[in-house]
Amino acid sequence: MSMGRRAPLVLLALGTGACSYQNYQSTFGNAAIEARQFNTLFVIFLVVCAVMYLAVVLFLFASILRRRRAGEANVVEDGRHHLSSPLMRSALIGWSAVVVVGLIGLAIASFFADRSMAKAASGQKLSITITANQWWWDVQYNSADVSKMVRTANELHLPVGVPVRIFLRSNDVIHSFWVPSLAGKQDLIPGRDNDITIVPSKVGIYRGQCAEFCGAQHAHMALVVNVDSFPDFIKWWQHQLQPAQAPTTPEAVAGYNYVTSRQCGACHSIAGTPASGTVGPDLTHLASRRSIAAGTLPMGQGNLYGWVADPQSLKPGVHMPTIGLEPAQLHAVVAYLETLK
Amino acid sequence: MIPAPRFTGSVAELPTTKFGSSSLTWWGIIGFMVIEGAGFGLSFAAYFFLMGHEQGWPPEGRAAPNLLYGTLFTIVILLSEIPNTIIKKAARERDVPTIRALMPVMIIAGILLLVIRGFEFNNLNCRWTDNAYASIIWAILLLHTIHVATDWTDTVVLWALMMTPLGWEGRRLVDTDENSLYWRYVWLLWIPIYLMIYWVPRL
Amino acid sequence: MTDVRAATGWTTSDSELERVREEDERLARERTKIARDGPGLKDAELAARLDRTWRRPPGIIGWLATVDHKEIGRRYIITALMFLALGGVLALIMRLQLAEPGNNLVGAQRYNELFTMHGSTMMFLFAVPVMEGVAVYIIPLMVGARSTTFPRLNAFSYYMYLFGGLMLWGAFVLNIAPDVGWFAYTPLSGPEFSPGKRSDVWAQMITFTEVSALAAAVVLVCTILKARAPGMTLARMPIFAWAMLVQAVMIIFAMPAIALASGMLISDRLVGTQFFNQYEHGDALLWQHLFWFFGHPEVYIIFLPATGFVSVITETFCRRPIFAHTIVVLALMSTGILAFGLWVHHMFATGLPRVGYSFYTAASMTVAIPTGLQIFCWLATMWEGRPRFEVPMLYVVGFIITFVIGGLSGVIIASVPLDLQVHDTFFIVAHFHYVLIGGAVFPLLGILTYWYPKITGRMMSDALGKIGFWMVFLGFQLAFFPMHFSGLLGMPRRVYTYPAGLGLELPNMLSTIGAFVVAAAVGIFVVNGVVSLYRGRLAPANPWGAPSLEWATPSPPPAYNFPHVPVVESRTPLWDTGPEMPVLTGLRVDEKEMLLTTVVAAVPDLREPIPEPSLWPFISSVAVGVFFISSIFSPWAVPFGAIPCTIALIAWFWPKEMKRTPEPVIS
Repeated sequence: MSMGRRAPLVLLALGTGACSYQNYQSTFGNAAIEARQFNTLFVIFLVVCAVMYLAVVLFLFASILRRRRAGEANVVEDGRHHLSSPLMRSALIGWSAVVVVGLIGLAIASFFADRSMAKAASGQKLSITITANQWWWDVQYNSADVSKMVRTANELHLPVGVPVRIFLRSNDVIHSFWVPSLAGKQDLIPGRDNDITIVPSKVGIYRGQCAEFCGAQHAHMALVVNVDSFPDFIKWWQHQLQPAQAPTTPEAVAGYNYVTSRQCGACHSIAGTPASGTVGPDLTHLASRRSIAAGTLPMGQGNLYGWVADPQSLKPGVHMPTIGLEPAQLHAVVAYLETLK
Repeated sequence: MIPAPRFTGSVAELPTTKFGSSSLTWWGIIGFMVIEGAGFGLSFAAYFFLMGHEQGWPPEGRAAPNLLYGTLFTIVILLSEIPNTIIKKAARERDVPTIRALMPVMIIAGILLLVIRGFEFNNLNCRWTDNAYASIIWAILLLHTIHVATDWTDTVVLWALMMTPLGWEGRRLVDTDENSLYWRYVWLLWIPIYLMIYWVPRL
Repeated sequence: MTDVRAATGWTTSDSELERVREEDERLARERTKIARDGPGLKDAELAARLDRTWRRPPGIIGWLATVDHKEIGRRYIITALMFLALGGVLALIMRLQLAEPGNNLVGAQRYNELFTMHGSTMMFLFAVPVMEGVAVYIIPLMVGARSTTFPRLNAFSYYMYLFGGLMLWGAFVLNIAPDVGWFAYTPLSGPEFSPGKRSDVWAQMITFTEVSALAAAVVLVCTILKARAPGMTLARMPIFAWAMLVQAVMIIFAMPAIALASGMLISDRLVGTQFFNQYEHGDALLWQHLFWFFGHPEVYIIFLPATGFVSVITETFCRRPIFAHTIVVLALMSTGILAFGLWVHHMFATGLPRVGYSFYTAASMTVAIPTGLQIFCWLATMWEGRPRFEVPMLYVVGFIITFVIGGLSGVIIASVPLDLQVHDTFFIVAHFHYVLIGGAVFPLLGILTYWYPKITGRMMSDALGKIGFWMVFLGFQLAFFPMHFSGLLGMPRRVYTYPAGLGLELPNMLSTIGAFVVAAAVGIFVVNGVVSLYRGRLAPANPWGAPSLEWATPSPPPAYNFPHVPVVESRTPLWDTGPEMPVLTGLRVDEKEMLLTTVVAAVPDLREPIPEPSLWPFISSVAVGVFFISSIFSPWAVPFGAIPCTIALIAWFWPKEMKRTPEPVIS
């Protein structure tokens, strides 16, 4: 099933670029070692459970459809309701044995899969810290060299075949990091240090979503994961290290002035500008991302307009206030934001 | 068709009063004890769970609760078991005069205990809003205090009843016996609480 | 002077001891004149006098003051079915919203209130109370008693339940419904992230329903252990009574966990404690541990009575007792015990040590074994017997086909790597609806059809019953099977919408259609229930030819249940007793009295007076209700609110007649 469904979707994603980023969010995605092992284990469980279910249903229908000649059943009408057949008593023992053996087998399979996932994720790892907030993902690529650290939001780029260890923190309530095509989920709990290790195995674009109810806009807390070839990943990283381009057109300059002198910089940071707030997403390379507001809207000029003008109507309760910009200011700001590639 | 009755005997000579596990209210009280016990057990689990996160206990190097009032409470409540046992025995022997005389002793002991408990709260060396350690010890102490207070109220009401002619009724004597049983539960429960609040931080 | 003191009875003197002795002798003489049932007083004359003694006064006062377990049980069932309908309507609205991606029928905030109200209503206001209600109605009849033990406590438990439900739904109407999920995880539900009173309303609803459930549990445990008919040893006790006994003991151990947790939550929110605040040495996970320590047994608290229903129906309609009775009883007990060791499987994604998780995987798989054994025993009973597929038996078949799917998806999620993918997705929603609707609601619909003639004196419509069954069974599969796929395709829970292009459109649309089919089926069931009250065929005492004692009474039973004390000699009394049933006589006729027997061997032990109808349970629950609700708003409500509660409870306990009587009377 998965092969036939997946291929056209991924091709569609790669082929049509920005507007089809949100294509792939399935536990059958098979795009990492962990996801593949999930699939194998799931199929084993499914087969064993299906066999058990079949046994129950067959027994049920046999009992319903069984032809009982007069006086053959152990029923009260024949005064035999206290009797039971030795066949059934043996069958009880056999049934219990099958159930116990089946469950032990499944438990062992589960333990082995768990250990094998843990082992697969050994070796040198890329290190990322994700801090969850209501309702966006603060992503930081860690490095021993501080000048090589990258901060972005709501989007990950990962090199294929390289284990990545993601440290999971939360600034407010409990969230859960889940990219089904790659791996199972792990919660981000305030006051706790969790982490998850993933080894992506297939280049492509995948979507993840917060999987622990975290308040009003839990449904709009998605993230995009781009699994790139190693050279492409390095290129992306180098690009992310660049500060924001200086605006050139007059409108973009006006937008730059607005953004860096008004409230925007209090929450957002844009590298290479005075804007250095950390309570909101980093915007340095905003326009290179595939979505706005953690998967609420696809990236695009119209959506940027809508978001900047009135975030509260698009994502009610979000912590970015609706400011009420003048039209000229709005055009300027959007023009500037579009330069932040 | 409802089967016709075939008379096989009579229960008319059975008593209407028995002590211990034949009494229905005994089962009710045991049920209540199990419920409260489960609640306390879980609060103890919460206490140790929170403690497991910490290097020092109380956290932040604060002082442990003052030992004096907790120990005083423990001594008084253990001593109160003496009149309590006498009352329980008297109930089974229908010795109403003894019950009428000794219950005021239990009532005074209860008042004394509640006063000491007030001092205990004041000398925990923390306020419930300080941190989770403070919150859990205040919570456990408060839950136990509610038990002392409700059993004290029960004892007052029961004493009032015992002073009337109804005090000679079997049911009231069973009530007295079971009230004494419940008091045992109240101080038995206190012992682990005392150890947890006052001694565990000092280990 | 001496006379005054003697008259008030406030002293003890030799003359008083003499007076007490004389009083004892006088009462003993009067005792011999008391009317009791027996060969001299039986049939119609006995019935008339017992009826006069046991019938409650008419009118609103009598209605509020009733202590009749049958009346209280009916109220529980009807109230629970109303909450089922309300919770179901919420589900339909949610399904309409989710029918299409990017829908805007309902916004995020309202949707969050809807799923919180739906889950809380179904779990706390429907599932547990309906089981309690059925048990409260039928257990005394099934064990041969005239009443439950502690009938006033029983009445109190119903009022607490009702008031808790009214408070929650009142809050919804007033637009302060809780919106943090039925499980209210901290810190989201704490003071910082849930301002206002919504989460406090939720926490206090818990307090109401948990007090109610605990009270009902004590009533049931005491009734089952102490009020059984002579000769009904534990070995002869019906499986349904075992199921309720285990369930009630589970309630006693599990509910305090959520009482403690919700108390801690209110206290964090109202008076500034720091239980769940990680910045002050608290822990958000403390909530999850306490909640799920309750939450996992809770689902077995709902499921075990349903297995009791299945055993009852299967016995009657396969015309034989359950195969391997002892194994089934042991399975019930081991399920009840094991259920307490599984709770961490709800927390596999929280990052606790993996090696600890292995224990919970093993335990979660182990709990499937006793249930699997019960299933075998039901199927073996069908095989050995001669099944008749009346409507209740159809529900048993539907139960087996549906519940086992849920049980097996449960085995799947017991595995940590598998759960980490499907946790908090619609796969879980599918799983628990399969086990709760398949495992509890189908047996419930079957048992309501089965005991309807006993409760109302009429039969439900067979045709409507069959239509309703097929609609609910097929509609359920349509509604919930696709959710396995939605979950596996990446749809998390508790989302008010989802994006297009993930393949979620088809499963969601199918689920929505199925939900409406289920709603229609429930509607048909209700219509059947209401119309049959007036138009149903009149029911005899034992329309199904069933074996247990509740069928040895008229339909519906008189206020006093049994005119004499039945004596039981087998597990299936009505199948083994012939045209005559042994009885014991000697209980009072003109005052309410029941027989208590010993716990294991059911030897007659004690005669216990049963209280007259009393308003004090109602008044107490009003006082306690005011206490609970006002303490949402101020901590001062606690000391001040405790005063009316204390007064009401003392008045409840205080004897209304201050003179001694030959036999005890509770007025």
